Amino acid sequence: MQPGDLQPENFAAYPPLARQLAVAHLPIFRRLPLTFLASLLLQVIDYDFRFPEERRAIDAELSTLRLASPQQMDAWFAPFAKITLSPKLERLDWVAHPAEFLEEESAWLWTTQQQDAFSTAAMQYQARAQKAVPVAPLPVFRLGIAVIGQGVASWDQPLFRNLRPQGTWFSQVQPENGLAALLSLLESRASAHPVPFGHWYIDGGQASAHSDRLTCVSWDALQPVRSALLHYMQKQIQQPGMGPEQLRTNLARLQPSDLGMSPNGDPVLDRFQVKIFSEGSGTQIFSTTFAQWTAREALRRAQPLTMLVRFAPRQRQRPMNELISNADAAPQLDPAGSLVDADMGAWYNWINQQRLPGYEQSVFIAWFEGHSQALVVAPTLPRGTASSTAMDMPKLISLAIG
Amino acid sequence: MAANTMNARALAGQLSRSRRDFLRSAAGLSLGAALLGGSPFVSAESVRRRRKIIVITFGGGARDQETFAPEGQENIPHLLNELIPQSSFFTQVVNRGILGHYVATASLATGVYETLNNFSAIPPQHPTVFEYFRRDLGRPANDAWVVAPSNGFNRIGESECRHYGFGATVVLPKRLLQAATAGTQVDYEHLLHDNYETPLYTLPVEGSEFELQQMESVLKLSVADFLAHARTLASPDELSVYIAKRLMTLFAPSLLWITMHDIDIAHSGTYSLYIDGIRRTDRLCSELWQAVQSEPEYAGNTTLLILPDFGRDADQDSGGNGFQHHRTGDVASRTTWMMVMGAGAREGVVYDHPVQSIDLVPSLGAMLGFSPVQSQGKPINELL
Repeated sequence: MQPGDLQPENFAAYPPLARQLAVAHLPIFRRLPLTFLASLLLQVIDYDFRFPEERRAIDAELSTLRLASPQQMDAWFAPFAKITLSPKLERLDWVAHPAEFLEEESAWLWTTQQQDAFSTAAMQYQARAQKAVPVAPLPVFRLGIAVIGQGVASWDQPLFRNLRPQGTWFSQVQPENGLAALLSLLESRASAHPVPFGHWYIDGGQASAHSDRLTCVSWDALQPVRSALLHYMQKQIQQPGMGPEQLRTNLARLQPSDLGMSPNGDPVLDRFQVKIFSEGSGTQIFSTTFAQWTAREALRRAQPLTMLVRFAPRQRQRPMNELISNADAAPQLDPAGSLVDADMGAWYNWINQQRLPGYEQSVFIAWFEGHSQALVVAPTLPRGTASSTAMDMPKLISLAIG
Repeated sequence: MAANTMNARALAGQLSRSRRDFLRSAAGLSLGAALLGGSPFVSAESVRRRRKIIVITFGGGARDQETFAPEGQENIPHLLNELIPQSSFFTQVVNRGILGHYVATASLATGVYETLNNFSAIPPQHPTVFEYFRRDLGRPANDAWVVAPSNGFNRIGESECRHYGFGATVVLPKRLLQAATAGTQVDYEHLLHDNYETPLYTLPVEGSEFELQQMESVLKLSVADFLAHARTLASPDELSVYIAKRLMTLFAPSLLWITMHDIDIAHSGTYSLYIDGIRRTDRLCSELWQAVQSEPEYAGNTTLLILPDFGRDADQDSGGNGFQHHRTGDVASRTTWMMVMGAGAREGVVYDHPVQSIDLVPSLGAMLGFSPVQSQGKPINELL
């Protein structure tokens, strides 16, 4: 089937809001090249489970397309139209299963050396779409916080090496009650600016006590979901004929209820959490990866105003000789390795925050938990400098947020 | 589109220049374009008969900022201090193919950008370097070996092309480990992961892989000996190097290909384990070069080539997640390097003009005297 053949009944299996949206925009869909439309449908099909910011972006993009002239449509989508697809791809049920189509399409683009052309087309379109979406002023500047190094007694290697050129490095922060002060800051911002999914607390271990105004995702709380997913994957792998692509396809179809999540949970957040495990690589095994990937996805999708990510020690990767010699040893933690992971994770959190609107005013704090090192990137603080002034966490916060 | 192409070229050039500038200033190397004079590669037939070639793929995928950039040099002390001063160093090796480890390694081995399914245990679509080598030079089976990390590579030794089909024997050390420990309660799950891109999935083995029963008859190792040695090794790549050294001692193959893979643990998202993998691979390259010097069959007549199959995504590319994957096809993931040392290699020379991954096989053909007729690459002049 080609986009020009689309009919309302093709969207019968979509969730209610997604179906309504798709049918309302059928005339536009029919004019789009399949190489682009499948990506758009991937957004639309999950509309009912999207964060408010995502819905706003989808609405704005469809509105832009609705208002575009035929000449503009031709110009925007010509690069996509030049990409050729195989008949096999075109026969796939790309309306009902856009994710599977995109998986196949990606392999096809690599195989036919069209990946670069597709990436270029996608980036050009993305840049144009972002310009077209009106940027509403944020109610408050964005604030990101990374707390790293839990459980590390001492560390003599330099930290925040990637971030230091971007901000001010503080070496004399009094660590007492530091986490509580940061969580208190989150709560005050959540109270002052009660935006749905606007204030997040992600913990790579057990979450500390926190306000229920925060959207909280934690490694420990999701242990049953993780176990259920790993069990599911093991069963799938044992199925005859199962391959990696099919496994990914099956994972993509998992619903919260498939992994034992309560039907009374928030459907948007529960779906998000399932995807962290079913789409992330390493998130099921390493808590540091879980924390970094969850932050990345939350920033990309929910675009929170405030986010605190606390990294905790992940399980230790046992070397081969140890596995052979002592197979039954209890799993151990690796605080030092986790600190290295988290240091890089903090860098990625900042990069991902800087991709969002309002990045010029955004603030980022990274802190070595329980220790005196912190790094602040803020428009009011100089870059690439160091401060050895002694201060407590509230003072550091006031310097960061002005 | 044109602007983007220019941008990509400029970025690739920038990567190349930063490697070159560092090597020239820190290691005191010369710039290759300034060199004149005859080839150091003597092509007399008698020399070719004795020539040994070892290829190490520095895999799977390491970026500049963790290797040759200033902040990454602490991770590769052996490459920098021991091997590069002895090497011809190519700063810009571009991979224009599919960035999956099996398909990219297959492309390196055939000189053609292969398009096979990265996650299937299928042979390359074009003749491999091992088949050219054996057919054109009439070499026996024991003269070409591959030591590869896992099940997915078990068909890389030979293609299914007509007129070829006699390639390298492939040893899968992880497979041997799995077989040797069958029936025990040892949990090797993460070691046996076939491909870190699909970390919970292991391909079934099919084809002509080195069988366990040959461990004793060919490698002269009992299962007990094998396991005893494995107990002293920290990673699958260490096991691979152990097997490679064993092959060198027993058969002295003229063409030995070792695919490292520990670095690909990066797909799990753990930066510290990725760095550990780079440091281990750096050390193992040095150990293998030392083994070359200590083996009479190899010392003085061996050329060692070390190159990554490709890089990893840049931190700034929004389509990826930095070091974790190699999915964007950006410049950082496509632009790597190669060092060539030993017999015939000019020492301490840097070449910063672009070459391609698929140029490896024609270059090996020119060095050893076989004709890779289906390869789409070109011999690298500086290696002729």
